[in-house]
Formats: sequence, structure tokens, C-alpha cells
Amino acid sequence: MKIIVLMKQVANKDAILRINKESTWIEEGDLSHEVNESDGYALEEALRLKEKHGGEVVVCSMGPQRVKSVIKDALARGADRAIHVISDNLNTLAPFEASRVLAEAIKEEQADLIMTGLQSDDNGYAQTGVILADLLGLPHATIVIEVDASGEQLRVKRELESGWYQWYAMQKPALLTIQSGISQIRYATLKGIMAAKKKEIKEVAPVTDAANAPAHQRVTKVYFPLKTKQTQFLGDGDAKAGAAQLAEKLRSEARVI
Amino acid sequence: MPNGILVFVEQREGAFNKTSFEAVAAAQGLGAALGQPVVAVVLSTDAAQAQEIAGFDVDKIVSVENPKLNVYTPDAYADALERAVRALDPQYVIMAHTYLVRDFAPKLAARFQKDVISDCVRMNAEGGQVVFARRIFLGKLDADVVSSGEPPVFITFQSGAFRADQAKKGAGAQVESLPVEVGDVRMQPEPPFQEVKQAVDLSKADVIIAIGRGIKGQEHIALAQALADALGGDLAASRPICDAGWLPIDRQIGSSGQTVAPKLYVALGISGAIQHLVGMKNSGTIVAVNKDPEAPIFDIADYGIVGDIFEVMPVLTEEVKKLKG
Repeated sequence: MKIIVLMKQVANKDAILRINKESTWIEEGDLSHEVNESDGYALEEALRLKEKHGGEVVVCSMGPQRVKSVIKDALARGADRAIHVISDNLNTLAPFEASRVLAEAIKEEQADLIMTGLQSDDNGYAQTGVILADLLGLPHATIVIEVDASGEQLRVKRELESGWYQWYAMQKPALLTIQSGISQIRYATLKGIMAAKKKEIKEVAPVTDAANAPAHQRVTKVYFPLKTKQTQFLGDGDAKAGAAQLAEKLRSEARVI
Repeated sequence: MPNGILVFVEQREGAFNKTSFEAVAAAQGLGAALGQPVVAVVLSTDAAQAQEIAGFDVDKIVSVENPKLNVYTPDAYADALERAVRALDPQYVIMAHTYLVRDFAPKLAARFQKDVISDCVRMNAEGGQVVFARRIFLGKLDADVVSSGEPPVFITFQSGAFRADQAKKGAGAQVESLPVEVGDVRMQPEPPFQEVKQAVDLSKADVIIAIGRGIKGQEHIALAQALADALGGDLAASRPICDAGWLPIDRQIGSSGQTVAPKLYVALGISGAIQHLVGMKNSGTIVAVNKDPEAPIFDIADYGIVGDIFEVMPVLTEEVKKLKG
């Protein structure tokens, strides 16, 4: 079974975000990055399927040269090879254009399964996987929390709202978007890191008509959300003093102690 | 010439839900601002289901019908709605950003070489151009978004962006049937189910101490437990903590876990992604402790401490014990 895992590099969760001069995106210069959380789980699930059923895991990431760190990490964890779609305007690509570029980059691979996270932690469109499935003519399932590939048909467990779940059966090839927490993510071993150095990373240029197509949606302004509640900040930078004040306020004002 | 606002009204097994009516309210608002009629679309097997929403103030209701729409699948829904959108030729297509809609809406939009302006929290239609606001970076920032203007423009709104009770009632809209072709359905759904009954029901708790990524390791949970004990409360967590297996899943608060509204909610090291906020934002008093002053959890907190939870937890525990005598 050949599995392609689409992984995006996003701003580190703990990074303090600053807005750029034009107020159109964040200041990327000194930002630290990491792999999009649910994409990491998609890779883990792909590696487990390969261990069970054999085959190959190909990781694909789109972005500038810095996304190589995501690719190398995936190879160290056990992916067999990688496709890097070079793109310097990832942030301004709307999901349809991004999906077109990815479809062109991976369609020759004829994968049995394409897996990716359910949404990105930066733009959060939650669409690239589903649009890609339609462009490639594949059935899809979103927010998948368990995959059973032992039979002729694929069985996937989808997460619905409020603690409800549902199993879907479908033919391969198919595309799945994976929910965080599907399984515990492994660490890269030293052996894996060494082995990764010999693995192939193919660089491909994005198809230009898609990468430069006018987007259906465009961000005009990025800003900090307006506050809806007046928050009383306590301690003024001294967390311990804040804790003492808080206890008093919870008793005298909020009356919950 | 495309015209009008098409609103997709979601029903499950014949029942409409609150978010469906929120979408109706959004569509009515956009229709009023642009001076365009609103058409509600229901996907069903027969027109009887659509009668239930005939009381809303919309131009008409279109019952899009095919036997394959009896059970939800993304293939059938995308096919049916594609045909409905082509037949009705609207300028905007409005939907609620539910788990069901996010499963098929991008596929529907792709049929029109488009994507969805998804999970919007606001819109502003003043001055002719409609600007939609979305949350990005897990709620840390907002982005104003405009469409290229070329119809149809697909929009989904986050749950709570509009109020269901603001959906205006009307004199009774006509229901039209629109039988459609639906192609091959390539997935076979089994009936939805709930996991074994949850052992912990946090919805009745008066005090909840919730931990997030900031707790850093399972070995530190005892500190939060001590605070919970001092306050007489229950321990809960955001999703990453349960994903890591540090607390069982029945302690998870948020869209995929439990929804709670205790008198006191203390969020420790939780940044406040929307998936968490929807599960606790109706709590009485909300306390947030986080190192990041821009963490979205502070937007809904009554009391905030910007700082290290490991400094706050022991001091707060001691102070609470003292006050309780």
C-alpha cells in the first residue's frame, strides 16, 4: 500500500505572534515553526498502517526551504521518501489553488491512500484535503479517528459532534483527514535520523497557472481580536502575587469560595 | 445574472438544529443588507420535511430530493447541492460550519473551481462590499476576508456567530420540490454511535479546574489536582492532554468532549482554541492563567494572570485553603 502524507509547517504554538507592517499576515522573520499538529498524527497513522500491511510512506510538504525541517523529521520517523513543492507564497494561496498545486505534484504517484490533518493551525481553512480528493476523483472521509485497512474495503471511524462517532466503509484509493489523538506519536530515533540522510527528497515547482491564479478569497487585514469581556489582570507580572489576589477576589467579588 | 442568497438548512434524521437556524439568521442579514431574496434549501427524500421551516421569513424553500439523500454522505450531498446551486444560480451560499458541512462543503465549492470562506465569526456588508471575519492561528488573530466577487460565493459561519432566535419568522414560505440526479456514492456509512457511557459527568460540576498544554507533563497534574481538591472542584482538560493520554477522554472539555457551565472555571495553561472555548464559554466566573498575554482564553476570562502556572498553582491552593479555614 502506498500512502502519501501531506504535512504543513506552521508557526510554533507557543510563538508570540506579531502582525506585519502591512497588517496582511504575521511577521515571519524570526518566527519558529513546527509541523501542523494533526498532520503529525496523520504521519503516525500512515507509519502504523505501513508496519501492519507493508508498502511505502511518501511525505509531501509545500512551502519555502524551511519546510525541509518538517520533511527531514518525517523521514527520520520512518517515511520512505519525500516530495517538496517549492512555494514562497503559501500564505496567500487560497485552499482551491493550494489543492490544485498539490494535486499536480502527487497525481503521478497513484497512491492507495492520501492522509493529512483535518485542518491547519494557522489559516485553519479545513478544506485542502477535501478539495484535493475531488480534484483527484477520490472518495474522502474527514475527522478520522481510526483506520482499519485489513480488508478489501477501507473502514474508517469518523468523529462527529458531542461524543458521537460513525464508521464508514469505502474503496481505495481514498483520502482521509486525520484528527489529532488518533494514536501516540513516536519520536525519531538516532538510527532513524541517520537513515533519513540517505532518503530521497524530490523538489518540484508548483504548476504556475494554479500557483498564480487569482484567489477566490483574499485576506485584506489581520488584527488582534476585539475583546468581548473586560478581564481583570492580576499580579502585574508577578504570578504569585496574582494568585494571592485571585483567591481574595474569588471570595469577595465572585463569591465562589 | 446570479442573484439571491441560498441558505443550506441542515437536518439530521428529519430534525433541524440550532445551528441551522443560525445560518438562516445569517442569510436573512446578508439578504437585507444587499437587498436580495433568501432561498432556503433542504436536502431530503420528500417535501414534507421542508414544511417544518416554512415559518421562517424567506422567499421560498426548495426541497432538493433524491432517495440517496436519506443518509448523509459527502458524495450525495455535494452532487445534490451542486445541482441545486446551478439551478438556483445564487450570489451567495450560506451554511453553518458544522462537522457535517465541513465534510462536504469544500467538495461542493471545488465543483465551481472555488473554496469556502470558512468558519466566519462576523460579516460586514456596509458600503456594498461584504467583508467576512475569520479566526486564524487557533483564535489568536482575526482576518478580514473578501471574495473575488464572482458568484457563487460559499460561506460557512461558526456556531454562535449568529443567534438562532434572531431568525425572523414570516407569513409562510412556499415549498418547491427540486428532484435532482445524484451520482455514485462511494462510501457506506454505518449508524452513528456513542462510546461507552462516560464515567465522569462534568456538566453538573460547580467548580472545574482545567489544564492544557502548559502543564507540560503528566507528573505535574498532581499540582492541579491539589487546587481542585482545595476548591472542591473537578479536574478537566483541553484536547491535547487527553490525546497524550495524561487524563482520560471523559475529562475533555470542548467541541469533541463535554460542554460545561460551572460557577467557576479555572483554565491553567490553556491557550483557548475555539474548539475548547465552545465547551466552556458559558461558565459563570472564568479564570485564565497563561504565559502568553495574547492567548485567546483571556478574551473570555473575568480574571487573568499572565504568568507561569507552576508559580500560581501552589500559592492559589494555599490561599484558598486559608480562606476556607
